Amino acid sequence: MELICPAGTPTAFREAVDAGADAVYCGFRDETNARNFPGLNFSREELGDAISYARRKGTQTFIALNTFMRAGHESLWYEAAADAVRLGADALILADFGLMAHVAEAYPEQRLHVSVQASASNPDAVSFLVDAFGARRVVLPRTLTISDIARLARQIRCEIEVFVFGGLCVMAEGRCSLSSYATGKSPNMNGVCSPASHVRYRQDGGDLVSELGSYTINRFPRDEAAGYPTLCKGRFDIADASGYAFEDPVSLDVMDQIDALREAGVSALKIEGRQRGKAYVAEVVSTLRKALDARPEHRQALLARLRLLSEGQRTTSGAYEKRWR
Amino acid sequence: MNAGSPTLSLGPILYLWEGDKWRDFYYRIADEAPVHHVIIGETVCSKRLHFTEPHLSAVVERLELAGKHVVLSTLALVTLERESQYTRALVADSTHPIEANDLSALALLEGRPHSIGPLVNVYNAATARLLARRGASNICLPPELPASSIAEIVSGTQGVTFEVLAFGRMPLAISARCAHARAKGHIKDNCQFVCVEDPDGLPLKTLDRQSFLALNGVQTVSFTCQALLTELRDLVASGVSRFRLSPQDCDMVAVAGLYDAILHGRMEAEDGIARLRQIYPAAPLSNGFHHGQEGAAWVARARNIGHRATE
Repeated sequence: MELICPAGTPTAFREAVDAGADAVYCGFRDETNARNFPGLNFSREELGDAISYARRKGTQTFIALNTFMRAGHESLWYEAAADAVRLGADALILADFGLMAHVAEAYPEQRLHVSVQASASNPDAVSFLVDAFGARRVVLPRTLTISDIARLARQIRCEIEVFVFGGLCVMAEGRCSLSSYATGKSPNMNGVCSPASHVRYRQDGGDLVSELGSYTINRFPRDEAAGYPTLCKGRFDIADASGYAFEDPVSLDVMDQIDALREAGVSALKIEGRQRGKAYVAEVVSTLRKALDARPEHRQALLARLRLLSEGQRTTSGAYEKRWR
Repeated sequence: MNAGSPTLSLGPILYLWEGDKWRDFYYRIADEAPVHHVIIGETVCSKRLHFTEPHLSAVVERLELAGKHVVLSTLALVTLERESQYTRALVADSTHPIEANDLSALALLEGRPHSIGPLVNVYNAATARLLARRGASNICLPPELPASSIAEIVSGTQGVTFEVLAFGRMPLAISARCAHARAKGHIKDNCQFVCVEDPDGLPLKTLDRQSFLALNGVQTVSFTCQALLTELRDLVASGVSRFRLSPQDCDMVAVAGLYDAILHGRMEAEDGIARLRQIYPAAPLSNGFHHGQEGAAWVARARNIGHRATE
């Protein structure tokens, strides 16, 4: 199985390559990708240099153009696709049908991967993307159990990539407008979720209150570490009870299921975290590389040290386990 | 029906209603509501299907006798084998038009006329044209789209009618996990259908007691109710020909009557807003997405822009 690693900066990109990534995925510095954060991503020149570096080391580069084209401004996405092809991207990761159709027609030789944002969660959906656009790989939404994935793999004619480590969307990706409901900015349209521009912290008595737009997302007593107010990881009131209504502040880790994922027919394991620093990327990629190559009985010791890097230091296997539902 | 005149449609009931309530709701819609199209069928959770199945054929017959065009809705999230099979059977066996709410339905419907539901991501004309080439004849655009995008998509796509959500809590997210069941101490696989207790959604508030969202099984909807009223005229001018009313647990016949009156010039939009707040007092109105703002926002518009400077 390939290890697909994130890079938000040229430095993180080189770290990922050096740490043993089979492929690094990244995006341009604009709203064409779903990690459109200040200070992140690549200019055309930086991407060209990064691809050259990766190629010398035998590593592939995937370019994420995985937001939905804003009506009337499609040229921004078309130009990004043209530049990614010209710079030598090994694959484009796409979510928008209109953009997929454009890429399939204009660059029939270009390898096309279906982004998790496209929400292809069943055999008929994947077949549609293979037949209509020649998709070669699908990144599955984090809504499936491992047995669902195994069943799917037997029925489709393209490779499967799944997220195994890092941030966890609770909602089906590419189908969530919670962020824009509170802030006007969404993953689909702007490449951001719960954007920092709309985050505020305020002190209220002994509590630190985190807000997104005009909504309180969490409240932390003095003895509790405050987390970032990602909307679906907030604490809310329902009837008379309060708590984490959708998901606790946990991150995904299913590296202990490597063998089950391989048996299910998965071709590539993906690490989330283009917004992470180079030290995080280097540590996670090198550890997961070692774990992937290690014998099963040696894996646990390798993976244990990664728990310290996880959000809130707590992890979940998410939808891969049936009881998460 | 005058083909050039805008019409109303009734979206699928997103919530779980008891079978009798569900049936009686549609009987009254058939008899009294001025809607042309009625989209019907479970859209949110495959576990709920048995609640309405015993009544489905009688309801469809009653709606058709009343002259309504019945369209069957597909599931928004298809992951299990039985959900795939359900969708395939629905597409294969139906004599009614179908509205696709996920990619599998899209795939299965290729080459025959169908509708695209608001849960399929259509953000630009390139996507709308692609869907039209594959057989889509009507597209209900996602609620997140601003007016500028709607106008671009409609003007850039031929041979399709466009529909916009004009009333109802907005579908914002769907998950493999059931937050509704979890809020009541269950998980999805053992949910005991607790969402039936909340026929208008289970309100979720912030820790500062601000109303924020509502849970509907595996779906999360807005607490606010989308209400496009003063915007209808501009939408019609930009080529939108159908306006969707998404059922809430209120007098939907009155809602439909109100929208029909505004759409056909028998009521001022501003008067309609005041009246709508009486018909559905449970939720504040919002139209923020349409105006390119946060979806929960309410953007009030002066009745007559020309008089604004003198106010």
